[in-house]
Amino acid sequence: MAENLFLIIAALVIASAFWVVFSPNLIHSAVSLLFTLFSTAGLYIFLYADFIAATQVVIYVGGILVLIIFGVMLTNRIDTPSIAASSKNQFIGGMGAFSIFVIQVSVIFNTPWHIGTEQSRDSTVASIGYLLLNEYLLPFEIISILLLAALMGAALLSRRT
Amino acid sequence: MTSIVDSLVKSFSSFNLDIAVLLPVITLIGGTVIFLIMAVNALIAVYFERKISAFMQDRLGPMEVGIFGFKGGKKFWGGIGQTLADAIKLLVKEDILPNNADKFLMILAPFIIFTGAFLTFIGLPFAQNIVISDFNIGIFYIFAMSSIGVIGVILAGWSSNNKWSLYGSMRAAAQIISYEIPIGLSLLLVVLVAGSLHLGDIVQWQADHRWFIFHSPFTFLAFFIFYISTIAETNRTPFDIPEAESELVAGWMTEYSGFRWALFFLSEYANMLIVSIVASIVFLGGWLSPLQIFNIFPDSWLILDGPAIGLFWVLFKAVILIFIMMWFRWTFPRLRVDQLMYLCWKVFIPFALANLFLVSLWELIF
Repeated sequence: MAENLFLIIAALVIASAFWVVFSPNLIHSAVSLLFTLFSTAGLYIFLYADFIAATQVVIYVGGILVLIIFGVMLTNRIDTPSIAASSKNQFIGGMGAFSIFVIQVSVIFNTPWHIGTEQSRDSTVASIGYLLLNEYLLPFEIISILLLAALMGAALLSRRT
Repeated sequence: MTSIVDSLVKSFSSFNLDIAVLLPVITLIGGTVIFLIMAVNALIAVYFERKISAFMQDRLGPMEVGIFGFKGGKKFWGGIGQTLADAIKLLVKEDILPNNADKFLMILAPFIIFTGAFLTFIGLPFAQNIVISDFNIGIFYIFAMSSIGVIGVILAGWSSNNKWSLYGSMRAAAQIISYEIPIGLSLLLVVLVAGSLHLGDIVQWQADHRWFIFHSPFTFLAFFIFYISTIAETNRTPFDIPEAESELVAGWMTEYSGFRWALFFLSEYANMLIVSIVASIVFLGGWLSPLQIFNIFPDSWLILDGPAIGLFWVLFKAVILIFIMMWFRWTFPRLRVDQLMYLCWKVFIPFALANLFLVSLWELIF
């Protein structure tokens, strides 16, 4: 049962991601991204990462996706095919995509995956907080400084002088 | 806390059902319960909204329609069947899709909004053991799921291909995203003090110490920031600029009719219930009796904490908060767009941030 559910969610992720790329209409791509991000949260739940799953929904669905749809909505001529699905340099792009595909497949088959027994944790939040403020404090702080700089840069750029 | 899903699994375990049958059955039962709660809530809330607004304006409100020949009294119960008749009318209305609308998205949008409200109910406790499924990250889950709806609002406005709808959805998106920040910050305050995201633990903390609204001056302030922001989040007057009737016809809902419009309506009133229950659980002690706090009748039957009495107190507090929302609606004039943004970004967010800092100090000192 759990395996079937996993397959359904994984199929949803792949199918909606496919539609994000191939949809002729930009806003349909953005809506399709909603299903991709939401089903990715479902994949996190299969890993017992409930906090990460909820964070995925808050940040990607509630924040970034809204921003993307907002941006797409304000774009002129969304329906014209010229901006929606035109492609140049098909050969070079195809080569690049294919080589990335080959690398990823070889990584998937060559990695010695750790297969543990199923275990449910009481609370993932406590250990995440503990790790963030002890072992990974420096990366955590560097990321926050980066985000702050990005925020200030965005405010500066959007200001009318 | 044992949830409804847990107890269903336990009670079905004697039948030796296969998990592939059991899981859909339990999901169906849980879903039906949520849908019934949403439908009944909308029926009752709409009736009360109309009656309360009528009495505040010295009118009578709906007076004609009764139920099964019962016409009610002269005043309050006069039109008791009105919302039921309205609901049936909505379901048999003609379903209109404009020619130049993006039909796929226009059909999809109400379902996204409805799903957002529906999923929120899964983690929402109505009493100590009355919760569909008990999440460890309860309050964060509710916060996450209630942020899905805004995508439906934007899509509804854009796909209708109507200038009022587009204006309405732009305003709604800006408003809902902005007001999510003070809501999150004031909930964070409570999580910080209680040390848990689990709603049962938060209420247990309040049972051991005191209600969060009385915990310190900062949580007292946080309650009001939370409550006013949730009124803005549910798009109610005085923050109803996305659907401002006098400027935008009906905002992002302008082109909708029939069943899909009913879904908007259902989710709007469901959101009112959700935010009121969250406020009463997080700040007002949830299923704890207020008599326990003031110690009026020590050790009497009134402070028994069974699930039924817990349900009563949660709903009692939520209904009072919903009543105050309705009271606001007929008291305050609508804010302008710039006033709304000023209130959020220059008043609520700085105060909520300062609150967060000061309550940490408070916890260190006391």
